Amino acid sequence: MNAPLVVSGLRKQFGKLRALEGIDMTLDAGQVTAVVGPNAAGKSTLIKCVLGLVRPDAGSIAVLGEAVGADPHYRRFIGYMPQSARFPDNLTGDEVLALLGDLRGGEAPHDGTLRASLGLTAETLARPVRTLSGGTRQKLSAIIALRHDPQVLILDEPTAGLDPLTSSHLKELVRQRAASGTAVLLTSHVMAEVEELADALVYLVDGRVRFRGSLDELRLKTGQRRVEHAVAQLMREVA
Amino acid sequence: MKAAGKVLGYGLSNLLRNWWVLGYGLLFFLLTDALFRFGGGGPRVVASLMNVVLIVIPLVSVVFGTLYFSNSREFIELLLAQPVGRPALFTGLYFGLALPLAAAFALGVAIPAVGHGGADLVRPVATLIIAGALLTFVFTSVAFLAGVHFEDRAKGLGFALLVWFCSAVLYDGLILFVAMVFRDYPLESALLGLTVLNPVDLARVLLLLTLDAAALMGYTGAVFERFFGTPLGIAAAGGALLLWTVVPFLLGLRGFNRKDF
Repeated sequence: MNAPLVVSGLRKQFGKLRALEGIDMTLDAGQVTAVVGPNAAGKSTLIKCVLGLVRPDAGSIAVLGEAVGADPHYRRFIGYMPQSARFPDNLTGDEVLALLGDLRGGEAPHDGTLRASLGLTAETLARPVRTLSGGTRQKLSAIIALRHDPQVLILDEPTAGLDPLTSSHLKELVRQRAASGTAVLLTSHVMAEVEELADALVYLVDGRVRFRGSLDELRLKTGQRRVEHAVAQLMREVA
Repeated sequence: MKAAGKVLGYGLSNLLRNWWVLGYGLLFFLLTDALFRFGGGGPRVVASLMNVVLIVIPLVSVVFGTLYFSNSREFIELLLAQPVGRPALFTGLYFGLALPLAAAFALGVAIPAVGHGGADLVRPVATLIIAGALLTFVFTSVAFLAGVHFEDRAKGLGFALLVWFCSAVLYDGLILFVAMVFRDYPLESALLGLTVLNPVDLARVLLLLTLDAAALMGYTGAVFERFFGTPLGIAAAGGALLLWTVVPFLLGLRGFNRKDF
């Protein structure tokens, strides 16, 4: 059986800036992998390469055995929640969900449960997006990412802008998805969130992988019990 | 292209509720209605509208289009993360903007024209609407080209405005300059060629010919009438306007297909 996500020798350069330099990583089913690193480390570029938004200069990416390239078919396996959600202002929440559902095709088995868990009422979803708060748009974005039961879930700073209760519900949903076999790729600057959700961690600096392993391996390597301290230790070592 | 139709449908749904698009249609409605009431009626109304159409439509299409594309960037990224191809998405986004803009203009002019005008105005008003709609498609293509190639919104808008300024304002000056410098030479054919190269001038000439006002352009007007009045001339003019729509669209699509978001 193919691994949900395999990245091999990925390279990308923007002008003189080397964004990714030979990234290798594999996501296993049911595992939450956090990609962390300082600003401009290459986290967003890596995610965008997986989504086909950025074309790598070299290397390959395969999602469940399908090569990432011009054919967008592989993206039906992926659920993506961007860091900041922007939708057409005059469409209602329901219309946004319908558009994304139409483009994706297939069933959305968890739609009702997700709406209830994240507290999005029918009344809220009937309002134009321009009248919704940033947090509510983020909830909409979470539903879009999760509703089609993707086998690979990509979450870019998922709890940014969410209230503590919704944030906790979202994390619970992510844990449930991972328990049911979804491979999760998470980026976050909140190390407590990484500690809470992740099984494995990839530490990127200047487009290179400086650490890859489980959280226990990270603790062992750095001698730190807390992930936040362990990552800070990695940063000091690399600097 | 099924996905393009879906994106187009939601684009229409979004923009037909947009106050700027509704206001744009209302502007043409009020202007056309006022001209019919107070402007003497008949071809003079169409001639007055023509001057507004040739300046306002390219300007609104190019500015609104560039801002629309750049403001939709995050949503475009989200759409591209779905199983949808880039050509289908670009096509859906383009028509989702160009169609509501063209429809707002067409309805804004057509409704009062039907109310006030007689049968003799059908041809000039229809030509005006067709020319305005084509200009909308041309300058929306230019706007999308700018949106694709410039990450910085200000630079994209600057490029789009430069194209508008060159075609709607500067080009006439250039033609005048050429006519003055080479006044001792037979220039009619060259001017005809230069006109075909500019969509705004092309629309102007087509409208003047429809209004039988080509005589105002003197000998050049007669040359234009002789050329554009023939099936070959009409085909050349139509083809040139179509090229002006298709070429920037295809260049934009090419850039969109290769773009790193």
